[in-house]
Amino acid sequence: MSDFLQYVFSGLTSGSIYALAALGFTIIFNARNVVNFAQGSFLMLGGMITATLITAKVPLPFAVAAATVITVIIGGLVQRLAIAPVKDADPVNLVIITIGASIFIDGIAAVVFGKNQHMVPAFSGDHAIHILGATLLPQSVWVMATAAVLMAGVSWYFRATLAGKAMRAVSINSNAASLVGIRPDRTVLVAFGLSAFLGAMAGAVASPITTTVFDIGLLLGLKGFVGATFGGLGSAVGAVVGGILVGLFESLVAGYISTSYKDAVPFVLIIGILICRPQGLFGSRVLDRV
Amino acid sequence: MMRFRNGDLLVTLALLIALPTVLPNAYWFDVTIRMGLAGIAVIGLNILMGFAGQLSIGHAALLAASAYTSAILVARYGLPSALAIVIATAGVTLISYGLARPMLRLRGFALAIGTLGLGIIVQIILVNEVAWTGGPDGMVVAPLQLGPWTISGERQWYVLVAFLLFLAIVSSLNLFGSPAGRALRALNGSEIAAQVAGVDTSIMKIRAFTAAGFFAALAGALTAHYSGFITPDLSAFMRSVEFATMVVVGGRGSTYGVVLGAVLLTILPQALGGTGEYEMIVFGLILMLTVIFLPQGIVPTLVAALRGKGA
Repeated sequence: MSDFLQYVFSGLTSGSIYALAALGFTIIFNARNVVNFAQGSFLMLGGMITATLITAKVPLPFAVAAATVITVIIGGLVQRLAIAPVKDADPVNLVIITIGASIFIDGIAAVVFGKNQHMVPAFSGDHAIHILGATLLPQSVWVMATAAVLMAGVSWYFRATLAGKAMRAVSINSNAASLVGIRPDRTVLVAFGLSAFLGAMAGAVASPITTTVFDIGLLLGLKGFVGATFGGLGSAVGAVVGGILVGLFESLVAGYISTSYKDAVPFVLIIGILICRPQGLFGSRVLDRV
Repeated sequence: MMRFRNGDLLVTLALLIALPTVLPNAYWFDVTIRMGLAGIAVIGLNILMGFAGQLSIGHAALLAASAYTSAILVARYGLPSALAIVIATAGVTLISYGLARPMLRLRGFALAIGTLGLGIIVQIILVNEVAWTGGPDGMVVAPLQLGPWTISGERQWYVLVAFLLFLAIVSSLNLFGSPAGRALRALNGSEIAAQVAGVDTSIMKIRAFTAAGFFAALAGALTAHYSGFITPDLSAFMRSVEFATMVVVGGRGSTYGVVLGAVLLTILPQALGGTGEYEMIVFGLILMLTVIFLPQGIVPTLVAALRGKGA
């Protein structure tokens, strides 16, 4: 029982990170109908910049804030320089561009920060909390709490603010939204900024657990994407649930079956899900436009 | 362009025959052979991505699966390497056929993720099954023997690879103009419109996936015996991205285009001095710039420009 609880804790921790990555994917997908492969790079940047600043003796809150601001600027640049100039709607072309952006950002990070692992000390010590025989590290609490706060914030933003409502309008029908005076390109820019913000926060708060390295974004981002697709691409609730489920499955497989095949779990899962239920758990049926 | 097709092929043949006389040393032979092997692989990928319009970013997994199969057949079961290549190629082609139906139910992003997931799963298997694959350290592969002869040295390999590349180009050009090729290209335009016009889109997609698997498997098995040493890095995501980049840069749907893409992107890392991070930066930049400024790729854009002037 305590083993099981232990695996659930670790699954919820990594699941929270995947859920934030998945939410970032979903926000951009809704705004521009593109799968942003650079999402993982946003997580990497959040962790890397935080790690570098902390090594340079910058206090933690400032390090995280700076990492977030820089990542948001880079997210905006990706949209302005690589996505906005493409007028044609072929989603395959847009996917290729975001893959290019992701490799480009990771390569720059390798040059700027080096290729070695960067360590970040836990935010509030390593004093484990014991619950029913399982241990919970304070950093895991940080990760889950940050994820919960950010998710609540995003939900409030989409429900209560004008900018959030505009973004929902664009995701429902971009042409109709521009008729009532919403500028879709500005909305897409905000979507990239918001996704970069979520990614950077997730990357920063996860970095003491994962340690961080220039190409960590690839796997984190892909697992987030699996979460988003699992829940049904386009559904924010689906993204969060999907991300957490991916973390839980991964952790349970690592605990009970095989640690070495843990990284394969999300991909086996996603291939199965896509083939049996292509729209995901919460997605609506996709129809082709002729 | 169709009228000049035989002319094109003669020029290609002449180039392939003349090339060894201008290559200065063993190093450039090696680079050229790698271009040829990549060329064979992307000709296959082009059938899937360029003709049928299905994005795959897990193509390297098929090469790696075939490379390891052939290597293991020789190392473990003592099969002659030529036979091992044939079995590995046939086996991986068959696996592609088996995977094609479930995979191609996926569309657009979902297919990208499906193929990518497949690539990552293959890499994880190659890293973990140490007893079979040598794990992350890789394994040594026996040289290629054709009957009593061992194919060794750059010149012999050049002849073999150039010959197979030429065959691949001929078959791809033939497919392009054939009814099957036209059906595939119709599917690229609009799947539903193709169905309305009487194309059995699912069978066509399965064939395209299988053909892509065949060329990838052939290139993979040859690469293993040529380089003599393989690691799980063969199936890395970055390798799959490289193949997709070759197709996009050279020109989706253009056989000569994708071969040019293979040539350019094989030279590139040499020009960059083989440091991974600069390779990543330049690859990423090329991918973005090509899609933004030359969405059709190099060769189709050039062909269109030349035609425009002629008309």
